[in-house]
Amino acid sequence: MRIVCPFCGERELGEFTYLGDAKPMRPEAGASEDEVFDYVYLRDNAAGQTSEHWYHGGGCRAWLKVTRNTLTHEISAVEPAAGVGARQVAK
Amino acid sequence: MKYSIFSLARAALSGHKNWQRTWRDATPKDRYDVVIIGGGGHGLATAWFLASEYGIKNVAVLEKGWIGSGNAGRNTTIIRSNYGLPGNTGFYELSMKLWERMEQDLNYNAMVSQRGVINLYHSDAQRDAYARRGNTMRINGIDAELLDLAAVKKMIPFLNFDNARFPVQGGLLQRRGGTARHDAVVWGYAHAASELGVDIIQNCEVTGFVRDANGKVTGVETSRGKIGAGKVGMAVAGSSSRVAAMAGLRLPIESHVLQAFVSEAIKPLIPGVMTFGAGHFYVSQSDKGGLVFGGDIDGYNSYAQRGNMPVMEDVCEGGMALMPMIGRVRLLRQWGGIMDMSMDGSPIIDKTPVDGLYLNAGWCYGGFKATPGSGFVFAHLLARDESHEEAARFRLDRFRTGAMIDEKGQGAQPNLH
Repeated sequence: MRIVCPFCGERELGEFTYLGDAKPMRPEAGASEDEVFDYVYLRDNAAGQTSEHWYHGGGCRAWLKVTRNTLTHEISAVEPAAGVGARQVAK
Repeated sequence: MKYSIFSLARAALSGHKNWQRTWRDATPKDRYDVVIIGGGGHGLATAWFLASEYGIKNVAVLEKGWIGSGNAGRNTTIIRSNYGLPGNTGFYELSMKLWERMEQDLNYNAMVSQRGVINLYHSDAQRDAYARRGNTMRINGIDAELLDLAAVKKMIPFLNFDNARFPVQGGLLQRRGGTARHDAVVWGYAHAASELGVDIIQNCEVTGFVRDANGKVTGVETSRGKIGAGKVGMAVAGSSSRVAAMAGLRLPIESHVLQAFVSEAIKPLIPGVMTFGAGHFYVSQSDKGGLVFGGDIDGYNSYAQRGNMPVMEDVCEGGMALMPMIGRVRLLRQWGGIMDMSMDGSPIIDKTPVDGLYLNAGWCYGGFKATPGSGFVFAHLLARDESHEEAARFRLDRFRTGAMIDEKGQGAQPNLH
């Protein structure tokens, strides 16, 4: 598996660290216990296409959003995760 | 059939051509009292304990491929009961005691070998942590010995003791730990369960659950037709989220790939199971002579049963740090299995919110050693509708109530357990 970083180009997997599914969004401060429980502990754990967060610690140190197939490890898209990096790319 | 020295001699006289099948490959009936999804070690052990301990013999085990084709055939065959937290300590010792009598119980040679498991420590802090774990084990009646450097040198003289960064200072030894022949465990449980009337149904993939008007599970849809069931138990670690999703459940589990490795065969070298405490590397030697070893999971979600190069490199670095001479040994095979990584690193054996559906999941990368214990307590849950006392903490709702069993203290990040 190699990841094509939008800032650094194609790099080997060892440069990256995995966080997990990009779908769960932190609930608002006043959210119910159920919403927080769901965010912290429950996962779709999909077999197939997933969107997930990776960190390019061995390169540009940007957070990336990677679209990857968990059945084949095939990567179909890599974009900067929401934040400063994404704004840089959008310029 | 009963295996003994006499059956072996009889078969030898006819050139080993007249052995009967070890177990019966069944075709599905319309209905069973209990249907177990998953023909791995845990599913087959559950079926055997249901039939032998709890008197429930109208049982089917459904397997989508062939029995033992998942993680039961992909592990590093280590058995041990050296856990430190309440919930785990007692459960894994229950399992260890069942390993010790398994071959007599099943009338099957599973090559259970109590050759010892030693966890090496490399710092004062790690020694203290191991001393604490050893004390926890001994208080609970489990054997544990804290070895100093001299004792480790006597036992395993070939280690690189003077590694500048990670000098070996000693180890925590469980002499009753060891290894077992993983395929024989599967075949042994299949043999003994089949003898008691359990139907083992292969090439039978579950594609959905049959529910009544109240939502209770009353059977399963499979690739070989509909099968009715009084109760359905899931023992499909690696694919738990996928099967649970068919019943509308989301689990506190991620599926990750763990790799394992075997070297070419060499003469007897490694006395038991050894783990390198400064990295993550564990190794034993099979009876055929190959070094069987592994390390961390790859760290990303996967259902692919194969891993990537960075972890291979990391595992081999651990091996080289511990015993540099294995750099001369060639790697023979390498493979990956899919782990049910739970949010606290401990398993789940519980009823689900869906009536009639029971869950055995979240084994992370420690499921093999748990095989007999898991089967025993899951059979108890299915038969009695209440948890066995040694599995009472493996609740599905512990992530909501906060009663986590987090042996490594990593929090809700499955790839760190």
